Amino acid sequence: MAEEKKVAAYICQGCGLGERLDTAALAEVVKKEGRIQQVKTHPFLCNSEGVAMIQNDIDNDGVTHIMLGACSRRAKTDAFNFTTVAMSRANLREGVIWIRPDTEEARETTQEMAEDYLRMGSAEIKAMRQPQGNPNTGTSRTLLVVGGGITGMTAALEAAKTGYPVVLVEKSGQLGGWAARMHQRVPSHEPYKAPVDTGVADMISAIEADANIKVYLNATVAKTSGAPGRFQAEIATESGSVSTEDVGAIVQASGFELYDANKLPELGYGKSPNVVDQGGLEQLAMEAAQRGGAILRPSDGQPVKSVVFVQCAGQRDASGIHLAYCSGHCCNTSIKQAMYFKDANADIDTTVLYTDLRTPGNGEDFYRSAQEKGVIFTKGKVSSVEPNGNTCKVNFHDMILDDKAAIENADLVVLATGQVPNSGVNIDFKPEAGAEAAWDEQKKTISILNLDYRQGSDVPQLKYGFTDSHFICFPYETRRTGIYTAGPVRRPMDIAQAKEDATGATLKAIQALENAAIGSAAHPRSGDLSYPSVRLEGCTQCKRCTVECPFGAIDEDEKRYPLFNESRCRRCGTCMGACPVRVISFENYSVDTVGSQIKAVSIPDEFSEKPRILVLACENDAYPAMDMAAMNRTETSSFVRVVPVRCLGSVNTIWITDALNSGYDGVMLMGCKHGDEYQCHFVKGSELANYRMSKIDDTLKGFNLETDRVQTYEVAITDIDRVPKLINDFEKRMFEIGMSPFKGF
Amino acid sequence: MTEVVATNETILVVGGGISGMTAALEAAETGKQVVLVEKNPAIGGRTSQLYRYFPKLCHPICGLEINLRRLKSNPRIRLLTMAEVTGITGSKGDYTATIKITPRYVNANCTACGDCAKVVETEVPNPFNYGLNKMKAAYLPNKMAYPMRYVLDKSIIGTPDAERAKAACKYDAIDLDMQEETVQIKAGAVVWATGWQPYDANKIQPYGYDRFKNVITSVEFERLADPHGPTGGKILRPSDGKEAKNVAFIQCAGSRDENHLRHCSRICCMASLKQTNYVQEHFGDEGKSTIYYIDIRAIDRFEDFYAKVQANPNVSFIKSKVAKVTQDDATGDVILHGVNTEGYHRYATPHDLCVLAVGMEPSVKGANIPIEILADSSGFIEADPANGAFFGAGCASNALDVNRSVQSATAAALRAIQVVNKVARAEV
Repeated sequence: MAEEKKVAAYICQGCGLGERLDTAALAEVVKKEGRIQQVKTHPFLCNSEGVAMIQNDIDNDGVTHIMLGACSRRAKTDAFNFTTVAMSRANLREGVIWIRPDTEEARETTQEMAEDYLRMGSAEIKAMRQPQGNPNTGTSRTLLVVGGGITGMTAALEAAKTGYPVVLVEKSGQLGGWAARMHQRVPSHEPYKAPVDTGVADMISAIEADANIKVYLNATVAKTSGAPGRFQAEIATESGSVSTEDVGAIVQASGFELYDANKLPELGYGKSPNVVDQGGLEQLAMEAAQRGGAILRPSDGQPVKSVVFVQCAGQRDASGIHLAYCSGHCCNTSIKQAMYFKDANADIDTTVLYTDLRTPGNGEDFYRSAQEKGVIFTKGKVSSVEPNGNTCKVNFHDMILDDKAAIENADLVVLATGQVPNSGVNIDFKPEAGAEAAWDEQKKTISILNLDYRQGSDVPQLKYGFTDSHFICFPYETRRTGIYTAGPVRRPMDIAQAKEDATGATLKAIQALENAAIGSAAHPRSGDLSYPSVRLEGCTQCKRCTVECPFGAIDEDEKRYPLFNESRCRRCGTCMGACPVRVISFENYSVDTVGSQIKAVSIPDEFSEKPRILVLACENDAYPAMDMAAMNRTETSSFVRVVPVRCLGSVNTIWITDALNSGYDGVMLMGCKHGDEYQCHFVKGSELANYRMSKIDDTLKGFNLETDRVQTYEVAITDIDRVPKLINDFEKRMFEIGMSPFKGF
Repeated sequence: MTEVVATNETILVVGGGISGMTAALEAAETGKQVVLVEKNPAIGGRTSQLYRYFPKLCHPICGLEINLRRLKSNPRIRLLTMAEVTGITGSKGDYTATIKITPRYVNANCTACGDCAKVVETEVPNPFNYGLNKMKAAYLPNKMAYPMRYVLDKSIIGTPDAERAKAACKYDAIDLDMQEETVQIKAGAVVWATGWQPYDANKIQPYGYDRFKNVITSVEFERLADPHGPTGGKILRPSDGKEAKNVAFIQCAGSRDENHLRHCSRICCMASLKQTNYVQEHFGDEGKSTIYYIDIRAIDRFEDFYAKVQANPNVSFIKSKVAKVTQDDATGDVILHGVNTEGYHRYATPHDLCVLAVGMEPSVKGANIPIEILADSSGFIEADPANGAFFGAGCASNALDVNRSVQSATAAALRAIQVVNKVARAEV
């Protein structure tokens, strides 16, 4: 699209900029070196008059690109809210005058700093285009829900209620999942006194009655291809038929299995029919309810007179054999099951053996109610269950008496085993040599979604098989755009939480397909209309972009070129950072928008003793930390030039080599923590950057430069004191090792 | 005069903490019009006053920065700060809310340059630091504040301080004639996300919060560890500024107690486990933490975090409901008394500082929800058809941690969207 480009620059004189800087000289720099003809200064750019001046230039003078030399891009965003033009902002306030002393001797370097930021802003704006939105959109408004348990049924009903059609796929012959195999559930509403109806039957009838919900039973997803707004799902049924459904987004509610109690022979499972897991107890309770009688002892059908509940059976296990985590719901579930007995007959002995009783929120009332009903709670760690005829002896360490203890003659022992997620294929699993073909076959049957993505057939997992997510601030963000996991596949949970989770995931799925339809990005760059484009002529098919994309957005076409699925892209730029031949770019963020800024900086000669230090800083954490340090007026080196980047993963090593080539003395990269407790909002960006930079030493050696000249730092947004210190220390180090010999070439 | 354009296809979100922001953003990013009302001068809520989150030990303002960017770039959200909903009438699909806006005395011209604060002499307690320090009566609520705009404390209006502030402002940003305003807006659905308040520790008499300076609350302890806090991130005890290297944490301070809060506040175990990390982070092996607990509720994957803290030899766990706290007047140390129920040993143990893991009380309780709402016995809003299109979110609906608050708020956003979609289709 031919675009009539008209660039204008505006320099603010407010907040002390006018006093501390020679703004007339700055305007000359923008004109002469930045080559922007239209440069205006204003005493107070963000007031209504300043804003009106800019808006007028846009509306009546055809200005399409603006560069503001004022405060940080994070400040005054309400005033500088020009949505129809491309904009760059040179940070003269937080980036310059607030971090430099107001002294006569600092004046020269402060002015030089401001000049450079304007050169950079001018270069950036000229390399930018106003994003137009990804044209490769899809318009399906249908939601695919995989799994027909409580979570999946909730998702289906909530989506239909919002006005979106649903395709619901359930692998078994009936809806309801685990909840359908439960006698009753823990209440989620006042009064928290007694078990209540599961509500499953009502949900099933509501689904059956809803014309907007199409249900496939005995069915699995044989293949998923496409992208948000235009996914295609092949649904295979047990009968052999395959249907293809066009869907816009996916909620994966594939649930859990109970941890296999057969792995707990020391707790008597498998040795006596009177030792059951929580699922087994539900079955006994349902049978009793159907019969209209009491719960019977499996070994001989006699009424149960005493029950022991063993909490954390195969859970919270430090040995590494069983589940390391807590499943969250089991304390309340055992309380509920104890009430099955107590509510029917108060004379039945019920004992819950626990180490920590975990009944958060109003669960506390439910716990209290159980105590009132006479359920005994004993803090003890069970060591073994010994079956003996029709009863069992439960041995435990009584943690209150700090002594061995036992319960003799228990009619029934219930093991609270935990939830194991049904998350399909662990795409990071590497089979042993020789076993690859078998694993490939096996994958097809275990996979939940059978994604035909280059990066694997299921949503990536984080730990213990639960799907990856930023499980604090943004719990729904999986690493596959438009696919949201919900329920116990995401983390262990009870029915109440699963319903809430499903409702939230449904919203995210609806949002994903709505945004895909208008070519807009999903979280965390929601609303971003830029998208990656690739110049295939230059591509060498090295596959780095397809391998490294944290979101599986890039496949390979039949000719082995990268095939971008823009709607799957989260706009982090990791592909751009990965590309060795630099053919990937976004309209407003590219190798050029950053590279030209780096090159625009004026490099003083070797003898001036004015080093130049480039800082590439994550715009979400390191950059705000610098802004806040500036608000504290923390003095920082005048020799740094900071460029915010979308993610450290988007940093292309050419920027580093270009900087070194053009005479910068050092480069600092500041990104987020990576590893198991990663803080990168693009999951893998900072990790990849770190990996790439581990190779930069060779480049430096090639240049005959000291390896100290390029450093990568993990920086958090709270590092308001540390970041200036890192910079100042780095400056000191540059003086120690001396100026770069590459200046002036 | 504040102008707000809203119709009964608008979603009103009350409360600008993590839950309210999430509900507003998720709805707006799905294409809906939202009015977001926050009673404080800046949004962010209580999570912005935390130093780190469990279990990743990452910083809440990192997520806040993302949410602020989302908010700044979203034209569908109208934010009102220093605003409180004083009345709601109507029913599902057709509400009218009355909103009172308190004057900030600073208009949109403010550049946050800080010149006003330099000249103002009066100091007032800093609510962002729970009153642990004072700030100028012309202030930016915090470094991450959005709107990034100063506020004049009401106490200086009509005094020479206010005139000095006005005179110092080069941008005509100070308007001392600003008056309280009342606006009315329409909304099809309401998401009530007013969050929580720490249980009033003064009510737990035996723990001496009202008597001993070195008994503080868990939320105050967050501020001590935070570099933006009153001590610049140093853990210094209030009585004498001594480094608090031996810290006691009392769990269930007010929670799981029929005399105080009936419910378990869910977050406090994890919060204290997290805070033992602050002690370790600041003092290394010299830092000792003792957790007095009933049950450690490190639910689901948080168990890993608990296991890590248990493995730290500088952290001890004592299963005990602490009976009382006394003070050694000579040293300022606090002494915890009780019985360790594991083996029944009596103790009277001195510590530098005692942190009460205070419970979570819904802010809706006691405060006036201006419409009749079904709540549970603790005051949390119930999900009930009787509440029409008035949906509780986050800690207004249950004692929740951040991730579950976000879950709850996202779900509430969908429920609100369902209503306004019906309004749009004229089905309500």
